[in-house]
Amino acid sequence: MVFLANQYALTAEHVVGVRGERLLFEKLNFKCSNGTVLYLQGANGTGKTTLLRTLCGLSKPYAGSISWCGENINSLAEEYYKHVLYIGHLPGIKEDLTALENLQFSMALSGTPFHLLQATEVLKMLGLARGLNLPTRMLSQGQKRRVALARLWLQDSPLWVLDEPFTALDVAATELLKKKIETFANAGGMVIMTTHQEVIIDAPNFIQLRLDS
Amino acid sequence: MYKELGTFSVLYCVLARDIRVALRRQSDVAAVFFFFIIAASLFPLGSGADPKLLKAMAPSVLWVTALLSCMLSLSRMYASDHADGTLEQIMLSNQPTVLIVLMKILAHWLLSGLPLVLVAPLIGVQFNLSGAELQTLALSLLMGTLALSLIGSIGAALTLGIRGTGVLIAILVLPLYIPVLVFGAGAVNAVSIGMSANGALSLLGAVLAMALVFSPLASAAALRIALE
Repeated sequence: MVFLANQYALTAEHVVGVRGERLLFEKLNFKCSNGTVLYLQGANGTGKTTLLRTLCGLSKPYAGSISWCGENINSLAEEYYKHVLYIGHLPGIKEDLTALENLQFSMALSGTPFHLLQATEVLKMLGLARGLNLPTRMLSQGQKRRVALARLWLQDSPLWVLDEPFTALDVAATELLKKKIETFANAGGMVIMTTHQEVIIDAPNFIQLRLDS
Repeated sequence: MYKELGTFSVLYCVLARDIRVALRRQSDVAAVFFFFIIAASLFPLGSGADPKLLKAMAPSVLWVTALLSCMLSLSRMYASDHADGTLEQIMLSNQPTVLIVLMKILAHWLLSGLPLVLVAPLIGVQFNLSGAELQTLALSLLMGTLALSLIGSIGAALTLGIRGTGVLIAILVLPLYIPVLVFGAGAVNAVSIGMSANGALSLLGAVLAMALVFSPLASAAALRIALE
């Protein structure tokens, strides 16, 4: 499908993570290529979010290097960011705007054109048909989460960095998201995610990494 | 697949969204506007009916109240984007952060600075200002409030994520606001004593040009540190 044509690789070498004065993880090495799902595990406070933020370039690693197709991500900057879709703890949703307006903005930031019909279709598929024109302040936690996740269906970044994507989702939405991640990985996409739910993802290359061991 | 959006479409989207959010929370925008009108209108009532005195204090009173009203809304500039995670998405945009920050500053000025520029001549009439003075007042405020938004953005970005930011921002940006105030009020004063305002206005323009170049860079760097 889409990404098989391009070979991408994200490599972490001897990455050390520090938060404040505390050492979270050290000498972390891994390599993700097309079709990889990297599943980070670990108890609370072991540095999963710190690692994810470091991997997408929001913070610099304390030591070690992270490279995208052989080049350091911090020197690539915008050239790297356009390949990354990061959905963090905070959904990045303005409560005064409607779901569609929020989507339009977050897609524009990553340079994706917004098509109203397509976006409406995706939101309906995610079960938000009735909340389309409401300010997102009126939506529940799970529904807000779905609005943020809708970008996964609308953008085509080759690397997804997802921090607890299953939080607040119901059984149906969890299943939908799991299917989407599988389809994406099988099409050659890369996913790096954390979650406390027990999920097995059927991907060409499924790696589990424990941070606290 | 799709064609990537150009820089201008992305920047327009950022500007339009900031204005849209503000218009859905009109009370915040209105607070700045009415603070200016109320504060500036109280001076003629409190200082007696001496037209000469009013005229003499008009430039400083109008300029100081405009400066304080601009400062009122500074702490909100990045705070809500920081709280809901939008700022992370802005950092990870494929457009330079500096340009997006510039758009946010522009939105702030359109919503809190520009309305003051438009209403200031009306209030100036209360102070017995002449036509030429009113013109200079509007022109100096037009340049000055933009400079205030630009400089204020640095303070807002530096204090992001700290509790009780209001006072801290004031302490940080007030020294930088002083030249804007001096040259802005100075331009109107010059006209009222029959001199040309060009000198003061040029200096104000120079401050604006400096702020336009350095403020987005400094703000973007400060935001990056705040998110680390």
